[in-house]
Amino acid sequence: MEQQRSVSGLSQSPRSPSSQPYLSVSVTDPVKLGNGVQAYISYRVITKTNFPDYQGPEKIVIRRYSDFIWLRDRLFDKYKGIFIPPLPEKSAVEKFRFSAEFIEMRRQALDVFVNRIASHNLLQQSEDLRTFLQADEETMERLRSYETGIFKKKPADLMQIFKDVQSKVSDVVLGKEKPVEESNPEYEKLKHYVFELENHLAEAQKHAYRLVKRHRELGQSLSDFGKAAKLLGACEGQALGKAFSDLGAKSEALSIKLQKEAHQLLMSFEEPLKDYVRAVQSIKATIGERANAFRQQCELAETMKLKEINLDKLMLTRSDRVGEAEHEYKEFKAASEEATRRFETIVRQMNEEIVRFQEQKTQDMGIAFHEFAKGQARLANNVADAWRSLLPKLEACSSA
Amino acid sequence: MMGSENPGFEEAHLFASREEMESLVLDDPLTTHHPNNNNNNSYSSFRSANSSISESTRHPLSPPVLSNPADSDPLLSPPVYRNPNASDNNSYIEPPSYADVIFSPFDDNSANEINRIDSTSKDPDSSLSLSRSSSSSSDYIKITVSNPKKEQETANSLVPGGNTYYTYLITTRTNIPDFGSSEFSVRRRFRDVVTLSDRLAEAYRGFFIPPRPDKNVVESQVMQKQEFVEQRRVALEKYLRRLAEHPIIRLSDELKVFLQVEGRLPLSLSTDVASRMLDGAVKLPKQLFGESTAVVAPHEVVQPAKGGRDLLRLFKELRQSVANDWGGSKPPVVEEDKVFMEKKERIHDLEQQISNASQQAEALVKAQQDMGETMGELGLAFIKLTKFENEEAMYNSQRVRAADMKCLATAAVKASRFYRELNAQTVKHLDTLHEYLGIMLAVHGAFADRTSALLTVQTLLSELSTLHSRAEKLEAASSKIFGGDKSRNHKIEELKETIRVTEDSKNVAIREYERIKENNRCELERLDKERRVDFLNMLKGFVVNQVGYAEKISDVWTKVAEETSGYARDS
Repeated sequence: MEQQRSVSGLSQSPRSPSSQPYLSVSVTDPVKLGNGVQAYISYRVITKTNFPDYQGPEKIVIRRYSDFIWLRDRLFDKYKGIFIPPLPEKSAVEKFRFSAEFIEMRRQALDVFVNRIASHNLLQQSEDLRTFLQADEETMERLRSYETGIFKKKPADLMQIFKDVQSKVSDVVLGKEKPVEESNPEYEKLKHYVFELENHLAEAQKHAYRLVKRHRELGQSLSDFGKAAKLLGACEGQALGKAFSDLGAKSEALSIKLQKEAHQLLMSFEEPLKDYVRAVQSIKATIGERANAFRQQCELAETMKLKEINLDKLMLTRSDRVGEAEHEYKEFKAASEEATRRFETIVRQMNEEIVRFQEQKTQDMGIAFHEFAKGQARLANNVADAWRSLLPKLEACSSA
Repeated sequence: MMGSENPGFEEAHLFASREEMESLVLDDPLTTHHPNNNNNNSYSSFRSANSSISESTRHPLSPPVLSNPADSDPLLSPPVYRNPNASDNNSYIEPPSYADVIFSPFDDNSANEINRIDSTSKDPDSSLSLSRSSSSSSDYIKITVSNPKKEQETANSLVPGGNTYYTYLITTRTNIPDFGSSEFSVRRRFRDVVTLSDRLAEAYRGFFIPPRPDKNVVESQVMQKQEFVEQRRVALEKYLRRLAEHPIIRLSDELKVFLQVEGRLPLSLSTDVASRMLDGAVKLPKQLFGESTAVVAPHEVVQPAKGGRDLLRLFKELRQSVANDWGGSKPPVVEEDKVFMEKKERIHDLEQQISNASQQAEALVKAQQDMGETMGELGLAFIKLTKFENEEAMYNSQRVRAADMKCLATAAVKASRFYRELNAQTVKHLDTLHEYLGIMLAVHGAFADRTSALLTVQTLLSELSTLHSRAEKLEAASSKIFGGDKSRNHKIEELKETIRVTEDSKNVAIREYERIKENNRCELERLDKERRVDFLNMLKGFVVNQVGYAEKISDVWTKVAEETSGYARDS
């Protein structure tokens, strides 16, 4: 599934000398490092670009799964209206963690992840992306470990106010228990759509996964049946025995084809569906962010009003705390405006993102369906050919 | 099955979408169906047979084990076109568990679903099967068992309204002149079938006689009456049809009487175990104390000791068999036929391989079934998605995607149906393997007949040699006394008489043994010939079936691949 690879930048081959900007990344070469519980997989990340902020046309770094998580978290924090591309899950089952299949699936998913970021016109400008693609391993490790630390150290008065608002302005002041929500019917519809979509997709993905299993099971049973037929053939002997042996051999050959198709199905159909589910979950996270931003905007607007009322009161009484109150009011006004700005950015970006998302998914699914159909047709043809080749021999047996 | 994980309103969705899905399939030009046009008769009769079978397979007691014929259930597998011979100790082979798989939730929902079968689906039996009967192929006996009726036991009922039993209408259609009529019916109860089976076992020693259905005493108490009666009806029909296919047995008097003569079947020579034992126990003291003849009469020798009332004979033969196994000396007559011994080995080996293949066939059928089911579920999930995207569409890209999904979903549902049909046919073909396991039982029975006849001969020979040496001793002792010894001479006379009778019995026993050997030989030949044909037909049917459906499935997906080729990537 290389669907995102050449979509990055403007689909230029990295080798062609051209002035068109491009940024293309590949995640390759998984290698197991370390021992025992601390073992992990490292990947080679190769960046080819002519972006001005990047060091040189090609750069290779080594990254591990937690580095990707770092990148995702940073982007999520900075680009609040954008649907951040989803990451493959951490593996729950210990022994599956290092199976060839799992490693390949994860590598593919990580490759898609980075390329989606690289081809997003906003995300590709991200400084964190640059760091991820270029920083040396020690720097990366430091950043990864101190991630939470960095947030705490960041200076920003507005940030502080935001944090304060969240803790101080309680529901008591606002007089309600329920969290504040947008009353936008179209947005409601969108939210409902997203939540429902996840359910539907999860079900489809579940059946897709089962279908992979069925292919494997059918393959296994064909193999067993083939062996039994061969044994029976050996026992029968003569023409009939040969017929059984031939049948057994074909059955075993088909078993192999089925196992291959099962793998194809997993990579080209089930994985894209899982990816779709993850993408929807990412959208849900963005919806959460929007809700937060909306709430902050409301709360700050309320607080600003209160401060204004307070200021007016104090001005009337010519209190000597007017100066202080005025300062506070100005602060909250700025914060409120910032919150409104942020919220509106999110709304605007989400609207663009939704369109892009729908189009992208139609593409992704179209490819997945095509591959699925091709695979099934190929398998069925193999089956037909294999069995058909037996018919002349069987005919010869009967007439003998 | 489908919407079990989803909350309420989704299920409404599901049912709506399932109908939509069905109508979707109808719209498609690939397969032209008309809901009321059932043009595949064999399939629909197969299905109706199966639905009754599938109902009856739902009882809790049927063990799925193949290898325990003695305590297995009556045969439950789908109607068969082959000749499955099986016998020995009156029991069937448990049908393969895949007999259940034909019954599926889809078939449940609408009869229309079944009727929409592609009319070009082949019936392999008609086009490719070889004719098996060497005799004139226009001979036929067609037996149907139907119309179970509950009846009252009139005599003997101590409890008013007590002791009921079921009778079945057995209808025969034939063109064989021996029967004297071309169509006739008779009402029989299960007890009559047991009698028939016992009489055939006596009369046709050495033949591969199909085993009768089990008595199922426990099941008859535990199961629902309807289910049990239906199950039994099916089993009886199968049994009688098998008997009718056996070239020798189909012409037997026993079968003729059973099929034609109304009224209680005359009891066989050796009926129930209890009365046998009782008679035997009464006889034994007399035999031991020499009051009755301690000799096996010639006419008794043609029956195995086990079935008879002669406990003494039983003991003697048992002693002989122990001597055969453990005694130092070779028994007087042994199984010398090397060819037979080899054949026996081979049959044993063959049985193992058939059993193994039958098991793997079961697994294969299950895997095919599961594939079809999951494919169908996947299709339905995408149908739901299609509906959802269409209903909630805010952008055109969603509608495009919905259309793509519908294309995929329709194909998946079609493929799923094809898998199911493929499987139903596969079951029919691979069932031959299972049938032959039943035949192996009959073979064992026939070989057992031979062994027991041989044992009888051996016992009589030992007996004779004992008697002769006793006579010699008496004569030697008697000759020493001048003028003869009256009492001893009397004994010698008696002994000589015994020897004469025993000698006759021995000759009869040898003739019987040879007869059984010949029966074995003929039957083995017949088995080999028929088995080759049956297995070849099975293989051909299986392969043709696989090819046919694979091609259909390929067409379905090729179409989808073409329709989505716009998304194709140059990999």
